[in-house]
Amino acid sequence: MNLLASIRVALTALRINALRSSLAMLGVIIGVASVIVLVSISEGTKQAVEAQISSFGANLLIVRPGTSMFGGRRGGGGTGTPVTDGDAEAIRDQISGIDGVSGEVNASSQSVVFGGVNWSTGLTGVNPDFFEIRDWVIEEGRAFTVEEEQSARRLAVVGQTIIDEVFDGANPVGQSLRIGGQQFEVIGTVAAKGQTSFGSDQDDVVFAPLSTVRQRFGASETPTVRDPVQTIYVAVGDGESTGRVIADIQDLLRLRRGIQPGAEDDFNVSSLAEFIRARNETESQLGLLLAVGAGIVLLVGGIGIMNIMLVSVTERTREIGLRLAVGARASDIRNQFLIESIVLCVTGGLIGLVVGVGGTIAYANVGELDIAVNPGIVAIAIGASAFVGVFFGLYPAHRAARLNPIEALRFE
Amino acid sequence: MTALIECRDLVKTYTMGDMTIRALDGVSLTIEEGEYVAIMGSSGSGKSTFMNLLGALDRPTSGMLKVAGEDLGTLGPEEVARFRNRTIGFVFQQFNLLPRTSAVENVALPLVYGGVPNAERQRRALVRLEQLGLGKRTDHQPSQLSGGQQQRVAIARALVNDPKILLADEPTGALDSKTSDDIMAVFDQLNREGITVILVTHEQEVADHARRQIVFRDGKVVEDRT
Repeated sequence: MNLLASIRVALTALRINALRSSLAMLGVIIGVASVIVLVSISEGTKQAVEAQISSFGANLLIVRPGTSMFGGRRGGGGTGTPVTDGDAEAIRDQISGIDGVSGEVNASSQSVVFGGVNWSTGLTGVNPDFFEIRDWVIEEGRAFTVEEEQSARRLAVVGQTIIDEVFDGANPVGQSLRIGGQQFEVIGTVAAKGQTSFGSDQDDVVFAPLSTVRQRFGASETPTVRDPVQTIYVAVGDGESTGRVIADIQDLLRLRRGIQPGAEDDFNVSSLAEFIRARNETESQLGLLLAVGAGIVLLVGGIGIMNIMLVSVTERTREIGLRLAVGARASDIRNQFLIESIVLCVTGGLIGLVVGVGGTIAYANVGELDIAVNPGIVAIAIGASAFVGVFFGLYPAHRAARLNPIEALRFE
Repeated sequence: MTALIECRDLVKTYTMGDMTIRALDGVSLTIEEGEYVAIMGSSGSGKSTFMNLLGALDRPTSGMLKVAGEDLGTLGPEEVARFRNRTIGFVFQQFNLLPRTSAVENVALPLVYGGVPNAERQRRALVRLEQLGLGKRTDHQPSQLSGGQQQRVAIARALVNDPKILLADEPTGALDSKTSDDIMAVFDQLNREGITVILVTHEQEVADHARRQIVFRDGKVVEDRT
């Protein structure tokens, strides 16, 4: 008996018991649908995390001072002896395998005035490498050069929110802007980044040369350190070991800051990507747990299939006896029931696929998440349900094939 | 005439728990091609066992059984399936038609396992239904047919692969006497056309249609009259 004829026989048998077939399928439908929904959501979350990491700069290291001690009490992070321009220079010159280094100083809540518009924003002083390192794309105009930074020119690169709020959406390049009472020339704009996952607007920003901000706004100045910065950003080169670069920077800074061997670092070198990944580790483990749960539902669905196939074999014992009497081989009988089980499961799998994809899309709409349904899911749904069909259909089919024709024909 | 069925010292034993039952206890006989034979005996006489062996539904314990040139004691599983498909046409007391399946599909079933293409299966099944007077009921399901009609469908199914032997196990056992006569007339006619018919029955009235009666008792042939 050929395959097509077997599938036709199987479909007929399933149609005859339509209600029972659909109930038996339910477990597979729910199992496949939940696998698809959970895999898609966890896939979507992972993509969101990666997008977040790359918006910060994928290979970014952050160097910040450690905590200070005041009479035995520990202050907050970043309150210790600052890192400096000199540290940034040394890292740039002496550490191999890095793509760029930039210090950052902040002068918060500066009034920005253009025409009749008055806006308050943060002014950030950076080195020219900063844009590349932090993945800020220059959209109009240009960034400032190393020379312009060193000579403390009053140049500004502005974010999208500034363009919208201060310049009313017009191209600001070449315009003169008053920041904190001083005239700056806008030489460039950066492409929008949107909100951070914490809800703050990353585009409400004005960048200026680091030395300009320090000299004219006194940002980060302390009595003891001449050229402090709040943060040093380091971009690790592609294919370089982040761990090795971190260790090299730690060695260099310990030397520069005169820390005795055995004493603790009074600064931090951390990888933002690793921080975010660690934070999301818990979430992805939860996703895995849910996927295992969905797998168990599928397993239970498979057991339901096996149960219904065993009932079917018992119910059709006489039919099996007759088929054997008119010339069916044991393998024909086995294939017939195996195909029935596979058809049952794959039909359930296809329905589950539709339900699962629909559920994912609904979830994405409600949660306003950007979840793409992976086309590979279709293969997973059909593959998994066919596997369940074979695995749980094999025993009932085997039992049918082993029936003795005489006893089967006599079965009441 | 040539020997179609030949058996020598045929023995079949069953083990039930620690009891061994000799269902057939040394049967030797010969049936020629074209014969019309009734196998008789009471329940437990061994007649059903004999029929099961003839139809290759079961295997002899010892002795020789040759049907249409095949030694049924030595056939492998594939050959057994082929033998049941080509050489034997079974007719059962309870008809054993597939429920919710049309008459023509029921008749064509043996051809499915014989590897006959679909169009040819339909054609041959329709010819047999026509021959048995069911040309107008080919799309009916068993539940829409009377007992006599169902048995005719079953006979058409038994004949569809042109078997050498028609093996009928109490073919009128589930029918009223009027319908029984009709069905027996069908067997008479088929035998006149040349097919070997073997009836297994305990009813003398049915057995009287045959030209030869073989009576079993306690696993042995006790009477063989023509």
